[in-house]
Amino acid sequence: MADEPLILGIETSCDETGVGIVRGHTLLADALASSVDQHARFGGVVPEVASRAHLEAIVPTMERALTEAGVTLADIDAIAVTAGPGLAGALLVGVAAAKGYAVAAEKPVYGVNHLAAHVAVDTLEHGPLPEPAIALLVSGGHSSLLLVDDLARGVTPLGATIDDAAGEAFDKIARLLGLPFPGGPYIDREARAGDPAAIAFPRGLTAAKDLAAHRYDFSFSGLKTAVARWVEARQRAGEPVPVADVAASFQEAVCDVLVGKALDACRTSGVETLVIGGGVAANSRLRAMAEQRAARHGIRVRVPRPGLCTDNGAMVAALGAHLVASGVAPSRLDLPADSAMPLTTVSV
Amino acid sequence: MASAGAFARQGVTGRRAGRLGWFTVLVLVVDSSTPAVTAALVEVTVSGVTTRAYRCTVDARAHGELLAPQVDAVLADVGARPADLGAIVAGLGPGPFTGLRVGLVTAATMGQVLGVPTYGVCSLDAIGYPAAAGEPVLVASDARRREIYWAVYDGAGQRLVGPEVGVPTAAAERARALAVTAAVGDGAHRYADALGLPLRPEPQYPDGNALAALAAERIRAGAPGEALTPLYLRRPDAVAATARKPVLP
Ligand SMILES: [Zn+2]
Repeated sequence: MADEPLILGIETSCDETGVGIVRGHTLLADALASSVDQHARFGGVVPEVASRAHLEAIVPTMERALTEAGVTLADIDAIAVTAGPGLAGALLVGVAAAKGYAVAAEKPVYGVNHLAAHVAVDTLEHGPLPEPAIALLVSGGHSSLLLVDDLARGVTPLGATIDDAAGEAFDKIARLLGLPFPGGPYIDREARAGDPAAIAFPRGLTAAKDLAAHRYDFSFSGLKTAVARWVEARQRAGEPVPVADVAASFQEAVCDVLVGKALDACRTSGVETLVIGGGVAANSRLRAMAEQRAARHGIRVRVPRPGLCTDNGAMVAALGAHLVASGVAPSRLDLPADSAMPLTTVSV
Repeated sequence: MASAGAFARQGVTGRRAGRLGWFTVLVLVVDSSTPAVTAALVEVTVSGVTTRAYRCTVDARAHGELLAPQVDAVLADVGARPADLGAIVAGLGPGPFTGLRVGLVTAATMGQVLGVPTYGVCSLDAIGYPAAAGEPVLVASDARRREIYWAVYDGAGQRLVGPEVGVPTAAAERARALAVTAAVGDGAHRYADALGLPLRPEPQYPDGNALAALAAERIRAGAPGEALTPLYLRRPDAVAATARKPVLP
């Protein structure tokens, strides 16, 4: 094991500054600095605030990761960094940092795709990923369904959200219900005391007429409006809003669509492994529902522990390790940060 | 990683050797506060600051792509390795945020790897100091949004006022009150009409050699490195969340 390459991963695509260190599939360090508190009063991530925080956090976060892993930058074999997709200015700090480390330590650098990294992180918990697999990636910034045929060289996008990201919907409903930002964990907590069948909220893009064009796409904006209408109607009638029931019914509708479409993709493609990643994968109902329904179809669900589902450096290091092991060539030093990096590009 | 480069020996023994009179530190200089992306290798000795290699590309949209290859190139130009560096100097801005951060994060991360001190210099000083020619001068760089980052320097190149950000006419008014007779920098050229001051052609952008010269005393003294804090001068554009609009009519 000790002769497997030692890989460093840097993540700065949104509001988390992450530095992870892995050796093969073994996680050695996962240091994180978050600017989430600075965004709370704005109700969403402010790009410039995030970029400033990354610049301040990158050196100390690296220091913590190296200490945690008990290694120095001279010991590292390669540096991987999220090159996209994400917030342009935030990505640029991480990419420039990775290059600074690479030039100074004379190491190769890999600019990698953030979404592919969300898939790769599961190898740290559950070992090599059987290919092909279906991946469901759901967070505040993305909601995608992909066919992972070769994680080192390219994945096939099957569908994505056509409006809000799943995590964004959680944030907006949380705000509607007077819960703090980011909304995911609070909705999850409230929902535990509620009845998921109390209110029949709509399931976006699941009607027969939508499936023809959007079989694997998601839409959460109609659901968001439906919840808002329901809550406002209650408020206008002077009736109390049953927060737990609304949270549970809303969460049920989101999870129902996500799991339903992901399992449909597995069955249609004849794939037996479903990987779920991204911040929303930390949602307890999504995890439980996916396990339950997948079992009926003989499909294995792989979800990393919640701490690895949200953005972090370990996921980038995990993908970097996979690229090195697969013999993929490193990036050039002029590699750009690409806020709209397509899923078909795993590394640049 | 062991480097046997000539600069490594000088870098390591430089401080003690300084008393003997042959002190030399190889310094990397970076600045990305303007459309010019600059990397330079400079030798700082007891008595002087000599530029050994210089790369500067003017491209406001490619700081992230350009800087690291330029750092690599200046090292290659003189046959040095990163471990031969004894200090790093970075222009702190002011400058448009996204590009400015590229130089600062490059300097900070390289300093961390190499265990060498990093020193910050106001980027406008690296225009005003070399531009000074006996009379006060206004230095201006482009701040976008029809504003400039500016500062006023005396005839010896010492900053009198600034750095500030604002509209060119306001800067010109302050400059005239300080008996400024000329303006310099890319922002001065761009807003020449609004400033109404005679222009000096050079330097348009922060000068690498000047950045090193302005940090030379700290380098020679072996002063502790500094956290490289950008001179943003503007707050982030962000509005606090307002009350949600109802969906019912
Ligand atoms: Zn993510």
